[in-house]
Amino acid sequence: MRTRVAVFLATLMAALVVMVGLGALPAAAEGESVFGFLKNPKGKELVPVPGVEVTVKGPGGVNETATSDEQGRWTVEVNRAGTFTVTLDQDTLPKGVTLRNPDADSLKVPVAEGQDKPVLFALGKSTRQVQSKWEQAAQLTAEGLRFGLIIALAAVGLSLIFGTTGLTNFAHGELVTIGALFTWWLSTGNLPFLPDFGGLQFFPAAAIALLLCAGVGWANDAWLWRPLRRRGTGLIAAMIVSIGLGIFLRYFYLYVFTGNTRQYPDYQGQKGLSFGPIQLALPDYLSMAVAVVVLMATILALQRTRVGKATRAVADNPALAAASGIDVDRVIRVVWVGGAMLAGLAGILLGLAQGVNFQMGFQILLLIFAAVTLGGLGTAYGALVGSIVVGLFITVSTLWIPVELKNVGALGILIVILLVRPQGILGRAQRVG
Amino acid sequence: MDWTRIFANALEASIGLQAVVFALAAIGLNVHFGYTGLLNFGQSGFLAVAAYGMAVTVQTFDLSLWLGIAIGLAAAVLLALLLGIPTLRLRADYLAIVTIAAAEIIRLTVRSVTFEETFGGSDGRQSFSADFYALNPFSEGEYNIGRFGFNERQMWVLTVGWILVGLSCLVVFLLMRSPWGRVLKAIREDEDAVRSLGKNVYAYKMQSLIIGGVLGCLGGFIYGLGQNSIQPDIFGTDTTFFAYTVLILGGAARVAGPVVGAVIFWVVLSLTDNVLNEAIDAGYISSSVINNTQVGQFRFMLVGLLLMLLMIFRPQGIFGDRREIALDAR
Repeated sequence: MRTRVAVFLATLMAALVVMVGLGALPAAAEGESVFGFLKNPKGKELVPVPGVEVTVKGPGGVNETATSDEQGRWTVEVNRAGTFTVTLDQDTLPKGVTLRNPDADSLKVPVAEGQDKPVLFALGKSTRQVQSKWEQAAQLTAEGLRFGLIIALAAVGLSLIFGTTGLTNFAHGELVTIGALFTWWLSTGNLPFLPDFGGLQFFPAAAIALLLCAGVGWANDAWLWRPLRRRGTGLIAAMIVSIGLGIFLRYFYLYVFTGNTRQYPDYQGQKGLSFGPIQLALPDYLSMAVAVVVLMATILALQRTRVGKATRAVADNPALAAASGIDVDRVIRVVWVGGAMLAGLAGILLGLAQGVNFQMGFQILLLIFAAVTLGGLGTAYGALVGSIVVGLFITVSTLWIPVELKNVGALGILIVILLVRPQGILGRAQRVG
Repeated sequence: MDWTRIFANALEASIGLQAVVFALAAIGLNVHFGYTGLLNFGQSGFLAVAAYGMAVTVQTFDLSLWLGIAIGLAAAVLLALLLGIPTLRLRADYLAIVTIAAAEIIRLTVRSVTFEETFGGSDGRQSFSADFYALNPFSEGEYNIGRFGFNERQMWVLTVGWILVGLSCLVVFLLMRSPWGRVLKAIREDEDAVRSLGKNVYAYKMQSLIIGGVLGCLGGFIYGLGQNSIQPDIFGTDTTFFAYTVLILGGAARVAGPVVGAVIFWVVLSLTDNVLNEAIDAGYISSSVINNTQVGQFRFMLVGLLLMLLMIFRPQGIFGDRREIALDAR
């Protein structure tokens, strides 16, 4: 939805720039003029509309009519500054072409000294739909669900790592970002420090990116966190180490990826698909489906498999788990690899929705924390519930509060919940100080 | 490579505005984290409410600067109360998450378009420090020793700033050798033991949060007065983490730790920035490896690495005592 609006606006801006640019050339030496292009949107293209009469009236007895040419261009030389009334004769519009707003066929335009004034008459059906509050609510709920599911992927990993090791990982946002960065690099072929290889399709790129994320998770545990556990580093010290790691990685990404936001090459300007009042792009439906399947699989694995049961045992009581023969270090390694893959997947899906940026993960880190805290620190299912609540709250609350303050609302709710129910929605009371 | 300029810049950075601001922010954090063991990750929020309290009073409501400073101080106390009430009974990591969230709430609110008329959106507020410079005893001119020096405005704000740093250190020193300070340190070591001795731990933690917040918020005032302008994004989470790096570098739970940390921190950053920039300009480093914009990013990478390595290999910093650092969550 947002990308479509952005694409639309970009097209509009481009059209405007071209119009001004073209208009400035011939009339520059001849004094003031009023001009415009009449173009009718047909699918994605703009088709010029010839033969339409535009009348310009104004001071000094100017009363001239121009007819649009094959490029849809019309020009009236007014040769003086002042305010002119520009009227489009709707009867001369060809069949099937209408003004976007039929009442706006007459415009008052000020023309400055020496100016070639562009005037825009918008043709075609209105792209802005007036939605009822309920339709908006349905649309926002769908978007909130999508966002909540993406947060959930990252939050479950964060929560499992916290549960098994006690580490509050402030570098988790960077695990989210790296998934999207790997996918972008692989799908464009622009790998940093390596020769260009032309790029892969999105799906193989994402699959390889996930494997690389698994490697990142493995490296995190093997090279940093396991040695620190061996040294007996305290939990707060470890938390501050993760902050340092987060800062380092974030600015390392900025160094290699630069500060631009980029789209995956295969997924630019997607068409919307409607389900009743809900309109999302195809990748949005796809990413929701993927997130649901992966989350279900994660829950099943935690419930049914040996390593899943072992994970829950370690989260519950590491000493007891170790005493009953569970290899705690191996479980933690599995959790790191799995958690990093989940976070990487969240990053890939987030990149589909809003583009790839060096700090996309850091920007949702606090929301992930909010989700995990809402659900109860250290409980994987709580993280899932908390994420959906946060995602829905953030988007649906924009019905009433300005969009730029939506994260404020979510973080505010986090503080309120801590006042009322500090252990979170699914947490157990004794976990908290 | 112009080594005189590089060293003059480093010397200026060692006592410059940023060093003062971060010394004050870290002194506040020292009361929170170093002495009481509170993980306040929202220190930038305290700087923000103070600076905005001052700037908004003067620029938006056209009132006196001194009233603005009073309002900024009151806002810092209020913020400490608001943060403390829900979180001080909770575990350390909860406090960390809530304080960082609160600081972000403040930043997002003051930069929003909705409140642009009051807070100035992402441009922030400017030109509010005239009353402060009206008191400037330094006459106009440059005060230089060789290529190292400041103009009269910088001289004035730095003088006030370093006096505040000195007074804050004195306050911390006196507080921490009092019986009250010993209770704080006992809370850091074992909260339950203190509670069993009949002390109201919650009240002590709240007092610590308020005092540390007020000391830290002085940094917000000095920054605003020194720059004569503030923007919301100065008060992001990175500011808090820089202050933590400064504190841990100098040594937590030591009176002079934050000051030494701030001086060394900014000298190191100034040296790396200037040496890299000069080396790039002189062609010693190819611009395909790193260009002048990327030097700023390199600085952040360096800070991140420094924070990690310090915490792993020397959590007590330069002056601290390892036994006095709160490293285990309770």
